[in-house]
Amino acid sequence: MNAPFEGIGASVRRKEDLRFISGNGNYTDDINRPGQLYAVIKRSDRPHAKIVSIDTKAALAAPGVVAIYTGADFVSIGGLPCGWQIHNKDGSPMAEPKHPVLADGKVRHVGDPIAVVIAETKQQARDAAELLAVDLQDLPSVATVTAGIAPGAPEVHDGIAGNICYDWHLGDKAALDAAFAGAAKIVTLDLENSRLIPNAMEPRAAIGDFDPSSGDYTLYTTSQNPHVIRLLMGAFVLGLPEHRLRVVAPDVGGGFGSKIYHYAEEAIVTWAAGKVKRPVKWTADRSESFVSDAHGRDHVSTAQLALDAHGKFLGLKVHTLANMGAYLSTFATAVPTYLYATLLAGVYTTPVIYVEVKAVFTNTVPVDAYRGAGRPEATFLLERLVDVAAQETGLDRVAIRKQNFIPRDAFPYQTPVALQYDSGDYFATLAAALKTADWDGFEARRKASAAKGKLRGIGISTYLEACGIAPSKVVGSLGARAGLYEVANVRVHPTGSVTVFTGTHSHGQGHETTLAQLVTDQLGVPFANVDVVHGDTAKIPFGMGTYGSRSLAVGGSAMVKAMDKIILKGRKIAAHLLEADIDDIEFKDGKFSVAGTDRSKSFGEIALTAYVPHNYPIEELEPGLDETAFYDPKNFTFPGGCHIAEVEIDPDTGVTTVVNFTAVDDVGRVVNPMIVEGQVQGGVAQGIGQALLEHAIYDDNGQLLSGSYMDYTMPRADNLPNFHVSTENTMCTHNPLGSKGCGEVGAIGSPPAVINAIVDALKDYGVRHINMPASPPKIWSIINAGRPALAAE
Amino acid sequence: MPHVTLTVNGKTSSVEVEGRTLLVEVLRDKLGLTGTHVGCDTSQCGACVVHVDGAAIKSCTTLALQVDGSSVTTIEGLAAADGTLHPMQEAFRENHALQCGFCTPGMVMSAIDLVTTHPGGLTEQEIREGLEGNLCRCTGYHNIVKAIAAAWPVMHGHALPAAAE
Repeated sequence: MNAPFEGIGASVRRKEDLRFISGNGNYTDDINRPGQLYAVIKRSDRPHAKIVSIDTKAALAAPGVVAIYTGADFVSIGGLPCGWQIHNKDGSPMAEPKHPVLADGKVRHVGDPIAVVIAETKQQARDAAELLAVDLQDLPSVATVTAGIAPGAPEVHDGIAGNICYDWHLGDKAALDAAFAGAAKIVTLDLENSRLIPNAMEPRAAIGDFDPSSGDYTLYTTSQNPHVIRLLMGAFVLGLPEHRLRVVAPDVGGGFGSKIYHYAEEAIVTWAAGKVKRPVKWTADRSESFVSDAHGRDHVSTAQLALDAHGKFLGLKVHTLANMGAYLSTFATAVPTYLYATLLAGVYTTPVIYVEVKAVFTNTVPVDAYRGAGRPEATFLLERLVDVAAQETGLDRVAIRKQNFIPRDAFPYQTPVALQYDSGDYFATLAAALKTADWDGFEARRKASAAKGKLRGIGISTYLEACGIAPSKVVGSLGARAGLYEVANVRVHPTGSVTVFTGTHSHGQGHETTLAQLVTDQLGVPFANVDVVHGDTAKIPFGMGTYGSRSLAVGGSAMVKAMDKIILKGRKIAAHLLEADIDDIEFKDGKFSVAGTDRSKSFGEIALTAYVPHNYPIEELEPGLDETAFYDPKNFTFPGGCHIAEVEIDPDTGVTTVVNFTAVDDVGRVVNPMIVEGQVQGGVAQGIGQALLEHAIYDDNGQLLSGSYMDYTMPRADNLPNFHVSTENTMCTHNPLGSKGCGEVGAIGSPPAVINAIVDALKDYGVRHINMPASPPKIWSIINAGRPALAAE
Repeated sequence: MPHVTLTVNGKTSSVEVEGRTLLVEVLRDKLGLTGTHVGCDTSQCGACVVHVDGAAIKSCTTLALQVDGSSVTTIEGLAAADGTLHPMQEAFRENHALQCGFCTPGMVMSAIDLVTTHPGGLTEQEIREGLEGNLCRCTGYHNIVKAIAAAWPVMHGHALPAAAE
């Protein structure tokens, strides 16, 4: 019997599942260290206040309390760093106020950490935290970007005028003005991209551990990128050299961006473990997650599209206010700039684009990348604007898109906003989606719904995104304070089994499976004989982690490079054993053969020879078969596609039901179709969540009103349909796999498709635009304010 | 401090608790059964679902003292002694019904309860409504619904009634 196909393209069932379905996952909160203490963080319940005093006396006397630390203990320690420096229009650097580990003199958002109580049990720490007497003197506060930039607004940070972090722009303004002057029509749209809370199901947790004998620290943390945490916390916050600090990110229960960043709690438990000489564990309650995990989105924009008389796009002008929250989270500043403005060409040939972005401090939780990060904001803006343009020019929604698509033969395509797309076929994804969604048959379904008293609409979104952010040289020139390569160490064992040590991190993506499939494909080693190790700085040479859908495109490419080295070395060993010239040795299907003969050595024989080098070219070649590669991509990758949503609205309740959802994406080479479909389904669910349900709502002062699962509407099983997910792929031209990335496409393409469908359903009500979420009260109010001419009436 | 006696996955233990100690804290912290997770503090997410005397309950909102003397099954107790998986575990793996795995134990325990309490069949809509108390952020539920539908005939020993499909 032939072995099952388990290489590239096979929907292999996941290696990681057995432990997860058996309750044997190893998440941070599942780890307990001998002698461990528990930390509970006292947080601000005020949006903006001066800390008058902190009386720790009663708390220190409480049972089990070992230590209490406040901002005063951290004054000499570095603040949490921001990883990307943006420059203003005038070339000056952005405002970058210190982000103290524990609040220093002031609290600036609800949830800002004030003190940490460390006790023998979590309950004791919690009880003692209640006894802390913190005297806060309220200060005026701002919660929204518009309030933040208003004249006379309270300053979140003293001396940062107008709360402006940066005032940045991209594009050619003079050319844009000229394009607008010659336009037949200018369509203007004001829109907001709603603030979201990522809500990975595993709350964040961290354990600091200090070994007094070696002086080494270990941090166990819920992170998407342990090496990045080691670098940021070690070098910038605690001043610990990297060889003295190990960061372990074991099984991590979802991230969606929120676990990229270096958080205060990681520094607190690591530092405190060194002080109390015992391990210190902190685990967030969900309520705590709501006010301490970085939030996402929160843009307010005005967009203008200039068109000629035939509907051809001539120019795009965008002005955006982006909420940074109270402090700069690790990658916050890059999101509304290089991950947003650069995406505003989308899939269209718009020749001139000019974007202005003001980033604004407010008294809210810091905002950073959340699944898609900038790209959903760009896509929502663009795809809503195109629909409004279609409506106002009388052009068909599909026709206006096709008319402006970048042609198939135009790649590589240079956009006016810095990016150069390497490949894509937007016509193919569009055609496939229209067919799957039965776009042409929609009017009959609309009538059928109307006969039942329901309003039915269909919406389309043709989107593009940029993944695998790179190359290091380019991002460095744009202000990134890190390189963006990836690392793989492929270790072939003497018996021919393989362990891959990857710098990417899997927190749901299934890397242990997908990356093992790459080894099976490239080296011919059976899938069962390959293990993938991630998430431990003591085991993996280096790595930048997982975000921006980069793991396969960048991390997988690093693996291919490392395996190329393995194959080259294997060929040298084979040439020696087979007494042939290396140029005559070919490697195929797990065998090294002398070309044109039946003489060959198996991969296992070569591995064994490498480690038992009795008959070996020892003068020219080192023993062993273990190779590492660092891969720095040549460009971003550019997934894209078409999402179509079909909705039905109950006019009596305002409830919108997504009755059909089609996603046809171009993600480049697919290694495991089952996993890719799962990634898209999950992303679409988050996109529908944003479009219909989710919203982080602050009151005017900065109190989070949607601070629990009782208030923040997470999508549940009965809020969502089954999804029709497929791919129409073109290959990435600049990485060895051809893969583009699939983790974020679902969340990027879907929100405008849903809102476009709702606007379509409500077209008889004079609706031009609806901001997300399209909640039942919002829809009900629209329906009940108008005088509709329902087909059924 | 009081003691509670629980039979967890067939093994009887007596542990000291406070009045406020939750069942999930006994399972995770006292018995080392960390497969049961805590994903929220408002009894909404269902990551903590276990079976108490055969019924699915949220162990994060159950005091240990409330279930003194009960029989508890957690995710660790589902597979047979020889490692054979429960049909629901198998269905989750086969249908890619999990990604990060954090909600999975609670989801599987709820799903088993859902199938067990619907011997006459389960429609897709009933499955979706039956999962109201369990949040998953990764999968979009599509494959979880598929997995539960696939496990139903295996658990009941016959095909889903046609009307329910």
